[in-house]
Amino acid sequence: MSQTLTEDKVSIKTWSGQSIPRKEDGRLVKGQGRFADDIRRHHEAHVYLLRSPYGHARIRAVDVSAAEAAPGVIATLTGAEVHFLQKPFMQIAPLPGGYIEDYCLAVDKVRFMGEPVVAVLAETAEAARDAADLVEVDYEPLPALITGEDALKDDGPVLHGKVGSNVVWHGLYDWGSIDEAKRKADKIVKIDRLHFHRFTSTPIECNAAVVEYYPGSEEYTIWCNNTMPQFAAMFMGPALGIPTDRMHFITQDIGGSFGNKITNYVYIAICAILAKKSGRPVRWTEYRTDHILGGSHGNERTFLDIEVPVKNDGTILGIDARAIDDCGAYPRYEPLGSVIWSQVVPGAYQFRNVRVDYTQVVTNKCPVGPNRGYSRLQHLWMLERVIDIVAHELNLDAVAIRKQNYIQPEQMPYETPNGCVYDSGDYPRCLDLALDLIHYDHWRQRQRELSGTGKLIGIGIGSTLDSGTNNFGQARIINHDLPFSGNGEVSNVKLDLYGEVVVTIGTTPQGQGHETTAAQVVADLLGLHPDQVRVLIGHDNGRNVYTGFSGTYASQFAVTGLGAVRGAALKLKNEIELLAAGIFGAAPDAIELVDGTARVKGKAEMAIPFIGLANIVFANNATIPDGLDVSLNCTYTYRPSFKIPDVERKFGNLTLTYATQIHACVIEVDEATGETKILEYGAADDSGTLIHPQIVEGQVHGAAGLGIGAALYEALEYDAEGQMISPNFYAYKAVTAVDVPMIKTAAIESPSPFSPNGAKGMGEGGGAPLHAICSALQDVMYQRTRAIVSDSYNPAERVYRLLRQSETANRGVHVIENRA
Amino acid sequence: MTEPAKSKTIRVTVDGIEYTRDVEARTLLVRFIREALNHTGTHFGCDTGHCGSCSVIVDGKVVKSCMVLAVQADGADIETVEGLANPDGSLHPIQQAFSQYHALQCGFCTPGVLMAAKYLLETNPHPNEEEIRRGIKGNLCRCTGYVNIVRAIQSLANEEEVRV
Ligand code: FES
Ligand code: FES
Repeated sequence: MSQTLTEDKVSIKTWSGQSIPRKEDGRLVKGQGRFADDIRRHHEAHVYLLRSPYGHARIRAVDVSAAEAAPGVIATLTGAEVHFLQKPFMQIAPLPGGYIEDYCLAVDKVRFMGEPVVAVLAETAEAARDAADLVEVDYEPLPALITGEDALKDDGPVLHGKVGSNVVWHGLYDWGSIDEAKRKADKIVKIDRLHFHRFTSTPIECNAAVVEYYPGSEEYTIWCNNTMPQFAAMFMGPALGIPTDRMHFITQDIGGSFGNKITNYVYIAICAILAKKSGRPVRWTEYRTDHILGGSHGNERTFLDIEVPVKNDGTILGIDARAIDDCGAYPRYEPLGSVIWSQVVPGAYQFRNVRVDYTQVVTNKCPVGPNRGYSRLQHLWMLERVIDIVAHELNLDAVAIRKQNYIQPEQMPYETPNGCVYDSGDYPRCLDLALDLIHYDHWRQRQRELSGTGKLIGIGIGSTLDSGTNNFGQARIINHDLPFSGNGEVSNVKLDLYGEVVVTIGTTPQGQGHETTAAQVVADLLGLHPDQVRVLIGHDNGRNVYTGFSGTYASQFAVTGLGAVRGAALKLKNEIELLAAGIFGAAPDAIELVDGTARVKGKAEMAIPFIGLANIVFANNATIPDGLDVSLNCTYTYRPSFKIPDVERKFGNLTLTYATQIHACVIEVDEATGETKILEYGAADDSGTLIHPQIVEGQVHGAAGLGIGAALYEALEYDAEGQMISPNFYAYKAVTAVDVPMIKTAAIESPSPFSPNGAKGMGEGGGAPLHAICSALQDVMYQRTRAIVSDSYNPAERVYRLLRQSETANRGVHVIENRA
Repeated sequence: MTEPAKSKTIRVTVDGIEYTRDVEARTLLVRFIREALNHTGTHFGCDTGHCGSCSVIVDGKVVKSCMVLAVQADGADIETVEGLANPDGSLHPIQQAFSQYHALQCGFCTPGVLMAAKYLLETNPHPNEEEIRRGIKGNLCRCTGYVNIVRAIQSLANEEEVRV
């Protein structure tokens, strides 16, 4: 009788789906996390990087003699030496963009303020910094290139001579027939220019690494916070002439990344060279100023000559635009962003005719790298701007036009014009939920009541898709020769000697709770409590399993990581059942796993605890039932099913899952100062089946917080000489607790038909607050000057100016009646 | 005139243990705690005093330890995140609330936020939302949007008797 009860309980109560306390919290709240800068090695030495004060300059001479003679200095490293010791890092772009030469220290030219020029290694961090003051660098300043549009002009500076221009990559994306759509349209809405600004998620933990070289095995041990270590290995290995198996990456706790730490391999390479040169463990931790100057920025993108064919009823037929993406001085992860945006070509909408003439250029600014919402948020922002502008120019309701043009739930799975498959979702319902959260009807009413009183209320919406689990085959659209496709993650689940359940994965979590969710999945399959499952976090290619894709980026863990964990746990479960069946002479399907024991169903006396099973296999194997070949050590690689995209048509399924995030907000704008205050903020989320709702909600909060910061406070700006104006937290106004409201959330679950567990990758949020806040500001402007919100960054001074824009000024928007 | 001293011997109490160390005069308190004492629970996230991940309590007042020289802390009693839990390892109510409300993700800002929260609740046991937000304004968190941090502190602020 009690047997049945337990069974019922087990079948009803699964750990997956519950917000259990996170396993990682225990150490993190006690200050017992192990972050990269917490690593200490005996006899370690410290690096300081001397960086360029110029945006663009020729290096005439470098003199390190005084620095080398300074107390405590062990070694220095200059670009001239690096030129000899390192081959340029691999370029993802095909030629001629692929001619760009990128080294870990500047070689004969600096191309952005903050580019490292000389590395000094000393006994202490202070001695290294002091000695760097003694380095003499003779610069010849060159004119700097600051905007993407200027980079395309014929008479401006060229950053990388061998390329012949500043273009990294150019491609024409053309799906459906935009020309025919324009002929069929009632009107064409033309928007001259939209600009998506440069900002960064800038995690509170800066980049850091400790690198140690063992001459005996020629192996480099790299403790670091890189979040895609095998991508780093792919760049570092050929450049430094190190076989990738001799680069032993170890990551532990990571203090946030948001994609920003993927490209810190450039700095790890400096440490690796110095470790070998000096024979000392080399420790480097970036200063915040250096991180903002030379870490990794988000892509800046300008959209020009946007044309939107529409029907009078608000049906949008397509979009035609030019995009200029500014990747800073060196492409690094780029130009992958030049295709990644196309995971969400129509956003949440049904239009099928799209033409985007896309160019990526270099400028004298910090190199970009993936940044939460990477490359999709720029495009989604442009789409949402278009929707709002079209709605207002045609005098249509901003909610109605969205609902009318949204892809409907009954159309799922939905193939987009470029062959991506939206797996599931209900966008209209998410929008309704978001509007309920902000009390939409109430505020529309208030807005009417307040009209003419000087109080300005705006209501905005941001509809986004969070595409997750990349098909790396999309890289071939950028460069046909790249040997990448698909995706995958691997996990090992085993019993240890005394029956402990131990899980390893190749991922690099930075707060996403992988230890907890992996334990939930394993606990459910093996009949355990999550506390009984140990998950070894971090990437360790010396010991743990991994694939080339391993890491934590691009919203995929819930699918790839947990898919791998699930597969490995199922294998182990199968082995345990076979072993127990052999021991008790029962059929394998008569075995059940309950509370750390394998037992024959209905026979309480025929049970063996995991420690007993482990003992048989690991220390007592003369007793293994005849003919059984089990290891209790099971590895599984999860691979989503993907095909190589058609590179000519730029067509194919580029991501496996699409989570939905629809945000809505109410703002009040202070007429006198232009200051924006958020009165209500709501986010409706659909991430498929939820494994840990609280973690998912936390990701929604976090993405919303960063997005609000980017929309109103955070911008990386340069002056005409290439001097960064916001290189630290004085000037880079990272959003604080008083700047964000209580973000309200609602969630629905549309299980993904394509993922092993119905879950969807999520966490990036698609930049929804940028869209929602710009939308609300537009709503304000239409009550006043009808100015167009054409920039994603709207600090008080910009809003102030828009509020005072002359009614006769060129608004940058034209509606053309189609008389054809 | 004599040269100003380049280094000095200081005595501080950190989480109940007394240490005597020679320090260079220019050493920041955060570097002293992390490097000289190897107490890596207190973090270092910026060089301008903005992020708050280095927050500790010095003689009863919350202080950004990157904004203070170690020599200035001579004789001080310093509490860091590492001393927050009870001696038996069980969590302090603030730590517990942070875990329960999912007020930390990567956990890098957390040591500083916890100390700021402790100080806030010590000086104002029943803060309202606005006071909480002002109380942690000097602590940057890039992961949580501050929502659950505020909720966690609110859960303690609403308690009748707060043990801090
Ligand atoms: S490290 Fe002290 S405030 Fe940032
Ligand atoms: S939890 Fe990551 S910075 Fe706050």
